[in-house]
Amino acid sequence: MNATGTRRTAGQVRALAPDEASRRAGDGLATAGPWSGAGGRDGVVWGQCASSGRTPYRTVVDTAGPVYACTCPSPTSPCAHALGLLLLWAAGDPAVPDGAEPPGWAARRLAPRTAAPADPEAARRRAERRAARVTAGAEELERRLADLVRGGLAAAGRQGYGLWEETAARMVDAQAPGLAARVRGLGAIPGSGPGWPVRLLEECALAHLLDRAWLAADRLPDGLAATVRTRVGLPSVAAGPAVRDRWLVLSRTDTGDGRLTTRRIWLYGTAGGRTALVLSYGAAGRAPALALPVGALLDGELTPHAGSGQLRADPGELVPAPGPAAPPPGGPVGAALDAYGRALREDPWLESWPATLARVVPARAEYGWQLADADGHEALPVAAPDRPALWRLLALSGGAPVTVFGECGPGGFTPLTAWSPESPEDPVPLT
Amino acid sequence: MTTTDTAWERLVAAALLGTDRRPPAGARGAEAASTLLDAAARHTLRRRAGLRPGPAAVPPEPAPHDPRPALPEAARRRLDHLLAGRGAVPAAGRRGTAPDLAELLPQWLALAGERGYKAPPAALPALLDAARARTDLRPRALAFAGPRGVWLARLNPEWRFALRGGAGGALPDPGDEEAVRKLWEEGLFAERVALLGAVRAKDPAAGRALLATTWAGERAEDRLMFLDSLRAGLSAADEEFLEAALADRSRNVRATAAELLSALPGSAFAGRMAARALTCVGLDRTASVPTVVVEAPHECDEEMRRDGVAAVPPAGRGERSWWLGQLVEAAPLACWPARFGGRTPEEIVALPVADDWQPELHAAWCRAAVRQRDAAWSRALLGAPSTPPATGPGTSSLAERAQLLSTLDPAERARWVAAFVAAHGLSEAFQLLGVCTVPWAEPLGEAVIDALDVARDAGSYPWSFSGVMGLAERCLSPDAARLLASSAAVPEAEDTSPGAGAYWSEAFQRLVATLDLRARMRAELDGPPG
Repeated sequence: MNATGTRRTAGQVRALAPDEASRRAGDGLATAGPWSGAGGRDGVVWGQCASSGRTPYRTVVDTAGPVYACTCPSPTSPCAHALGLLLLWAAGDPAVPDGAEPPGWAARRLAPRTAAPADPEAARRRAERRAARVTAGAEELERRLADLVRGGLAAAGRQGYGLWEETAARMVDAQAPGLAARVRGLGAIPGSGPGWPVRLLEECALAHLLDRAWLAADRLPDGLAATVRTRVGLPSVAAGPAVRDRWLVLSRTDTGDGRLTTRRIWLYGTAGGRTALVLSYGAAGRAPALALPVGALLDGELTPHAGSGQLRADPGELVPAPGPAAPPPGGPVGAALDAYGRALREDPWLESWPATLARVVPARAEYGWQLADADGHEALPVAAPDRPALWRLLALSGGAPVTVFGECGPGGFTPLTAWSPESPEDPVPLT
Repeated sequence: MTTTDTAWERLVAAALLGTDRRPPAGARGAEAASTLLDAAARHTLRRRAGLRPGPAAVPPEPAPHDPRPALPEAARRRLDHLLAGRGAVPAAGRRGTAPDLAELLPQWLALAGERGYKAPPAALPALLDAARARTDLRPRALAFAGPRGVWLARLNPEWRFALRGGAGGALPDPGDEEAVRKLWEEGLFAERVALLGAVRAKDPAAGRALLATTWAGERAEDRLMFLDSLRAGLSAADEEFLEAALADRSRNVRATAAELLSALPGSAFAGRMAARALTCVGLDRTASVPTVVVEAPHECDEEMRRDGVAAVPPAGRGERSWWLGQLVEAAPLACWPARFGGRTPEEIVALPVADDWQPELHAAWCRAAVRQRDAAWSRALLGAPSTPPATGPGTSSLAERAQLLSTLDPAERARWVAAFVAAHGLSEAFQLLGVCTVPWAEPLGEAVIDALDVARDAGSYPWSFSGVMGLAERCLSPDAARLLASSAAVPEAEDTSPGAGAYWSEAFQRLVATLDLRARMRAELDGPPG
């Protein structure tokens, strides 16, 4: 790979920022003024940035890792200095000459990362112990669900949240985070407004189905068994053969609770037509490491995870690819629901399925907003808890048909990215 | 209702009441619950797998076409950043070295507006939110947002402001007489004010004629606002209408009419005021040096009152000096040179004034110079910029000096303020800098940078100059960045106290970064189309 192969565009650098404040601060530092002794080589960039103290901050970025190291006290990573330095480098600013010799402090900052050696026998024993605990948890959840249905959901609605919290804690103890999350979800339903008994029964039934599936996993086909393990909360593992394609980044969504940020990136294989989900995590307020900008085209391999109906994949090395990034092919709203229905056969616990709607118009219906086929008479309700996303979608459409990628499920369609026919190479992220 | 639906309803009912009370056929206890959950799981999945779309609602009316060209790519990204950055409030005290993006948004909007670009649709929600939070942004933001902005604003009650006249596009074309007449007769007050302003801006006579059609029937407070709209495009053609308004029932309307008339030096009103003022102010040639003598009016007669002179002074002011001030302020300045033996405004202002009348007389001349946009008198009353403000001729009030400055042409204004800054430093220059046109013309930029350097070297703290610094960030020409390179450098270890030096260099770095950003903003907008 040549020296410019890993050089990102300014837009990609900005997308690395963990928050808006860092992005702004990074923009402010993207001028040659405060920098000295800067340079780049083989995807590693370094420089000294004037600080308000006597000693300048030393900043090193390894774009391949990526690894960000800076002597500044900022708790965020990448910090504003790393962002500013990358922006300067991306702009080809002469203050950051490429092919320079790294100074000692920069070379030291980039110690190679080593992986811990594995002991297969110990790992197998650990997995067995964990499976036994999960089984105990699933049996306990089955008893709770049976008690609930025997006594009546109406009574459960009056008991409040405490009962569920306690059960969820038992599932955490059983090392079944998937079951724990499901139980917490059950606890929130009685307070979720009209129609809650129906939703509670549906979710109880699906939890029951998952319990039964886990307890009978040895009799399930391999693919479904893997899906059940993932749903219960065991680590999902990349298993399939790697798929090489030119991937279009469809959308990027961050959700988090302060301790952990989960980033969901949907990719579309422009040659093979495969849609894949890549996850990346950031702990304690840090941005997840993977920062693929929406609309980018990337050449490389993805390794699918095991399990039927699973779209998750692990990225290999993805290299920016040239070429126009047209929106993915899409269909009418009915096709999106059909695809979700078909996917349920592979994974009955799916809450949604990715879909691209072509030529849809956002319109106001009695129940709220909907996405309607421009050339038909059918529509899906928009499930957008995030109002700004809806306004951006409406502004982009202006009452005319647009292409929308999102997740389609029983609660409606959650729009994630939209394309206007006026500028098909400019996806508008709605998240 | 289908049989599947009925079966599901039965399941829900049984689950609500509990299988202990409503056992399914052939099962008891925990087994009964499990049987019910099995059935519910099958139904749930069947329902989910069989979901169908609903009917499409009536689609919205498409947004009108906007023929303006799209922004260059880089400018579009810049706009996103400026809009995303506007909500952030810098931490108290320290602002760091990063530019304050919120303060650059107005400038960006002005530049984009000059170049006739249309707003990127996806940026409209953030643009409308910004305009909602900051009324000063609204005219430019709404003009930039264009017809699609108005289309979008109709869908969200939070953006109603965009539909209320102004640049929102909801106003009819001022040339469309029928639509204008209809809105003028039926519109809400704010719409009518905006309409009158728009018509007046295009054709002053048409605006006045529109107002005259309903003038007699308007409420007093509305008459006052409408009359004030005539301030724009004021000319001798408005004299007749304003003379009539001097007989208005409302005192405030009369006063405003008089004020507007006094800005028309050729009007009959101005002639009457000149005659009154000239009887009060004259030259005593018998004194050892020629001296201005003042004989303030002894009464405020009916005629004076009709011409808008307020008879009752505010608390604490003598009535004769109050009347004098109003007469001199409303008299055309052109009447004075003849009164003072052909002297120029400079010479008149330099004359001594008898009996401590100078402050009163000069203050009235200042108000007259501002009202009549008279550069020669403003120049005379401002005096030399190097004269200390407290001892200058016209006024020591910085606000009034700023108003006087605004009547000079931009280049002269910049020269005057530059000389003022060079002589007196920055601490009193803030208001004066505020009336200089952006970007600051040389030598003003250089004078401000020199003065900042002097302040730093004197050991002042930079936050004493934060107002001027903020202005400099927005108003200095980006070319001035080269003058700042040395100032922005990190101070050497000679500065041991953890204070001013580092803060100054931070402030200068921010200044440089902001100028750089402004230069880039402009270059991006002039870049290849996106």
